[in-house]
Amino acid sequence: MGEHFEHLIGESVLRLEDRPLLRGQGQFIDDLNVPHMLEAAFLRSTLAHGRITKLDVTVARQAPHVHAVFTYHDLRPFLTSDRIPLALPAAGIQFDVDPFVLAYDEVCYVGEPIAIVIASHRRYAEDALQLIDLEIEPLDVVVDPVLGLQPNSPRTRLDTPHNLVARTGIDYGNADACFTSAPHIISQRFRLAKGGGHSMEPRGVLAVPNSLENTLTVWDSTQMPHRARAILVESLGMSEKSIRVVTPDVGGGFGPKAVFHPEELAVPLVSLILKQPVKWVEDRFESFTATVLEHEQEWDMQIAFDNDGKMQAIKGRLCYDHGASTPYGIALPFNAATNLIGPYVLPAYKLQIDLCLTNKTPAAPTRGAGRPQGTFVMERLLDRIAAYLQLSREEVRRRNLIQPEQLPFAIPVRQRDGSTMSYDSGNYPACQARVMDIAHWDEFKTRQKAALEQGRYIGIGLCNYVEATGRGPFESVSISIGPSGKISVGAGATAQGQGVKTMVAQIIADTFQMNPEFIDVVVGDTAATPSGLGAYASRQAVTAGNAALEAAQRVIIKAKIAAAALLEVSVDDLCVRDGKICVAGIEQRNLSLKEIAKALAGTPGFAIPGHLTPGLAATSDFMTQGLTYTNGAHIAEVEVDIHTGAVNVLRYYVVHDCGNMINPMMVEGQVRGGVVHGIGMTLFEWMRYDAQGQPLTSTYADYLLPTADVCPDIIIDHMISPTPLNPLGVKGAAESGTIGVPAALVSAIENALEPFDVTLTQLPITPNYLRSLIRQKTDMLI
Amino acid sequence: MSESIKIRLSVNGIIYERTIEPRIHLADFIRKELGLTGTHLGCEHGVCGACTLLVNGKSVRSCLMLAVQADACEVKTIEGVATNSDDLHPIQDALMKHHGLQCGFCTPGLVMTMLEMQKDYQGQILGDDEIRRALSGNLCRCTGYEGIVNAARQIFGTKSETTNI
Amino acid sequence: MKAPDFSYHAPQSCEQALDLLSRLDNARLLAGGQSLMPMLNFRLLNYDHFIDLGRISDLQGIDETPTHILIKAMTSQRQVESSDIIHRSCPLMIKALHHVGHQQTRNRGTIGGSLCHLDPGAELPVVAAALEAELIILSPRGTKRIAFADFAQGYLTNALEADELLYAIEIKKSLEHSGSAFLEFNRRPADFAIVSIAVEIIVDETHKIINCALALGGVQHVPLRLHGLEQKLIEYTSLEDMSKFINSYVQTIEMNGDDLYPPEFRCEVAQTIVRRGLSQAYDEARGGQ
Repeated sequence: MGEHFEHLIGESVLRLEDRPLLRGQGQFIDDLNVPHMLEAAFLRSTLAHGRITKLDVTVARQAPHVHAVFTYHDLRPFLTSDRIPLALPAAGIQFDVDPFVLAYDEVCYVGEPIAIVIASHRRYAEDALQLIDLEIEPLDVVVDPVLGLQPNSPRTRLDTPHNLVARTGIDYGNADACFTSAPHIISQRFRLAKGGGHSMEPRGVLAVPNSLENTLTVWDSTQMPHRARAILVESLGMSEKSIRVVTPDVGGGFGPKAVFHPEELAVPLVSLILKQPVKWVEDRFESFTATVLEHEQEWDMQIAFDNDGKMQAIKGRLCYDHGASTPYGIALPFNAATNLIGPYVLPAYKLQIDLCLTNKTPAAPTRGAGRPQGTFVMERLLDRIAAYLQLSREEVRRRNLIQPEQLPFAIPVRQRDGSTMSYDSGNYPACQARVMDIAHWDEFKTRQKAALEQGRYIGIGLCNYVEATGRGPFESVSISIGPSGKISVGAGATAQGQGVKTMVAQIIADTFQMNPEFIDVVVGDTAATPSGLGAYASRQAVTAGNAALEAAQRVIIKAKIAAAALLEVSVDDLCVRDGKICVAGIEQRNLSLKEIAKALAGTPGFAIPGHLTPGLAATSDFMTQGLTYTNGAHIAEVEVDIHTGAVNVLRYYVVHDCGNMINPMMVEGQVRGGVVHGIGMTLFEWMRYDAQGQPLTSTYADYLLPTADVCPDIIIDHMISPTPLNPLGVKGAAESGTIGVPAALVSAIENALEPFDVTLTQLPITPNYLRSLIRQKTDMLI
Repeated sequence: MSESIKIRLSVNGIIYERTIEPRIHLADFIRKELGLTGTHLGCEHGVCGACTLLVNGKSVRSCLMLAVQADACEVKTIEGVATNSDDLHPIQDALMKHHGLQCGFCTPGLVMTMLEMQKDYQGQILGDDEIRRALSGNLCRCTGYEGIVNAARQIFGTKSETTNI
Repeated sequence: MKAPDFSYHAPQSCEQALDLLSRLDNARLLAGGQSLMPMLNFRLLNYDHFIDLGRISDLQGIDETPTHILIKAMTSQRQVESSDIIHRSCPLMIKALHHVGHQQTRNRGTIGGSLCHLDPGAELPVVAAALEAELIILSPRGTKRIAFADFAQGYLTNALEADELLYAIEIKKSLEHSGSAFLEFNRRPADFAIVSIAVEIIVDETHKIINCALALGGVQHVPLRLHGLEQKLIEYTSLEDMSKFINSYVQTIEMNGDDLYPPEFRCEVAQTIVRRGLSQAYDEARGGQ
């Protein structure tokens, strides 16, 4: 039994989460029902910009089974401020635009909530929505970020001075000087879309007031319950002790569920007013406009390089479509800008980053958080250098990659926490070499030639990238073992499918040398840990993982001291085996953690052994020491049907380095999931709006998600460059699969279309886009 | 409000009689009326497949079927799949072993789809293309599909019972 | 996305269904629901009554005569797909059904529903156009037959009067020495077609094309028979010479389009899949000897 649990860290332990989920016993937000529960529906704006001139809910209030209808004016008396206090510190921000819980005057995007209807069932609430008399006088609409920042542009919002919500940038190494002396310069513009998170489970909130205790429990399908609680506490003027935010099972997050949306305030507030539980579950149609997503980025770039293809400088401007408010700060375009640098030596870099408010749903990160776009720009520019100098794509990259002996590699860019960028560990040239090896890169040219002779256009593409992970400042894990012997763990982490409970249990079980199934982990509950942050920015293996390790080690230290006193041996004579503290070599002399916990509980009149404080418990608030950089290299093989513009992804390879892996099976699951997000972003997903800001894609018939039959197997190989920045040596893995995909796929598509010499500068790649480029280059059209 | 309709149907072998509004779709009936919440709603317009269950042995998108249309039918949901409270059905076991689920929201629908496949393709070996096409009616946003495909390969193809690592 | 309120009726016979259709105001027939239910859940429909045809056993089943196949309107696409009769005598329809949605939607979706709904991206209407299906319609006035070409009138618009229902679809069995193909262009294999082509070719012993049916879907509101091209193809023994003519013929067709798939794009794709479809069908027709 003992050996089985000796080296759990690094094992592909099967997940503790799986059994109930497989049996349909998951408890997702819409599966939760409590007595006297009411259901809500929101009236939302159908115009992208306008002034509400009429909002009459009288008839709706009388509709069958309707309990109440609230507008902003009904709710404002219960709030401590006009707007929801969401603002995050952000350099370069010109003004914050916090949203309203409900719009009452100006509406700024299609989908903005205006009124909330509470009924016995959702269908009656939706019936009543149609009885609300709403009139909106249209105002001019801003839908393009570049045009939105021109002097003659209308204002996206009348309550802000202008549309430039933020201006920031990067400037190091004197790029301008490099450009004046550079032997070669290439210019390129890119227009990159990304789309929404589209977790299979939409959002939802169930607020349950307890009038006996004057408390409120909010079940929220969120990635950040502690942040949600903080916002509720501030908005409602309540105390931390009186609000509990707890996550049920969450069916995917991917970024948008980290953001606090107006419904997450409206529903709890209404439940307090009505003194009844209220549940709101987002439907898919709503989610297209009610949930944050990424919008388009316009990059106008130049790269300066020498005759050997070595980069000297990059400069340009990134203009980002930020949607109608700032619920999550402005980190995304900055991420994109820094991730552009990649694992390369970029001596000088000057980027102006402009964020434009537009009349669309507010923008916030989805999987990759801007990094795929930054990587895309760099990798396209490198391919351009290769073509220009007639060097191979892999050689240009080799010449620019940071060498392993140069790490830790400092880049003079200041990050939002004040630190400068530093790549901690990794071997980038070896990573590229490895992926080329497993993909048989060198053999491809022969295969490509043979295919061309048969009239088939196949191509191969390569990409290198890094990803900043493990964002801090901390995460919290508490372990306690009561006299019952039950091991209870609370973690400030949250779970949306990434197996956090298994990861945390696995680490603790490794330290305790026992079966992880006996470790009960609670995540995402403000009652389980007083502070915490949650899931975002690929951070939980680093933060919660190390916190779990630290807490577990502290428990063992305390247990050993107690055991030493109880067994009358020296602490140094003790070891851990099977969840027991044993005397080394005489393992029959042992005490279980349960026995130690009992002894530490304290018996009236007796001293606690070892002069210890009571209780067998420990909490760790693991503080990060800066970001740790995962890296990878991707290779994609595609086939392009030149007659239709259709792209088929034939093969996909990833060499991935996230340092030590706690559970390799789960890491690979994250990488594969991330890659398919990337395939979606590159070839299928496109959230489009017309000139009036009306969404053109608001069903899954128009907004295409990748299906099993358009994805290939994803071959993964690992490199392990442990980070010195945390005891486990781990780095994040949740988003890196996505980051490399657009670059690798587009490089492959251009390679397939080499006979036509096309340059691809937009995402997504649609058949019509490819056909129009091919058409321009040939008169033998088809 | 229109007249409620009385229906009588069997769900996982148990007979239920209810009187319901005709507009309620089968997924909501199963979830809310019968409290069987394992069947999930991901889109309510028949694309994601999270609501897949079996009606008279055939997979259907329960969000596209009115509950009243299930009168006199035999319905099977995820709750009726595992043979007892301890064991998993081989399909469920294969999904676990091959890391074919992460958040678990799409999982019940996939299990039901694979259950029908098991009946339809009894005795046949399915190739990768056939497997991926058969699974294409169920969206998954977490796994990138490969874990699911590997589980399907074990059940329908020639893959053995191991994880990828 | 919860449907609005409506009254539900489940007639047990065609007579009962027709009676309800005549009596009820603002009523709609419900077939498989795969197109209708999403619209209902999106609250895009406002009917007071839905008449479910699913309990009428007389509307289900596939029969054959020596020369024709009769498919009752409420036969599920899955049942059509599994039918021996269809496999033997209408391979084009089997080929088309491979492209129709997913197993889950084919289990409920009906052939009648698809032909009545006339989504430009649907595959079965294109097959009906190629095979010159005859539709048998019931009404209080009795039975009548209408050619599919006359039935498909416009965008999501069929020729049914308010008190009529589709009873069955009759198609000619495919002949010896025939070959067929169904090709479509879409983004993911199970999606609706952006452009689709149904082809049936009959050749003689010398591989000369003696009959040809070509129906193009997705470029106009209803499937389009390419009669001019069909005429030209008769007498031909080699398709290579025909490429240029096929292209220029298709280029004369007025095409619908949108931002994502503009008319010019659809035209190019149509040219490609018409050529490929003809080639496949012709190879099959020749190979069958």
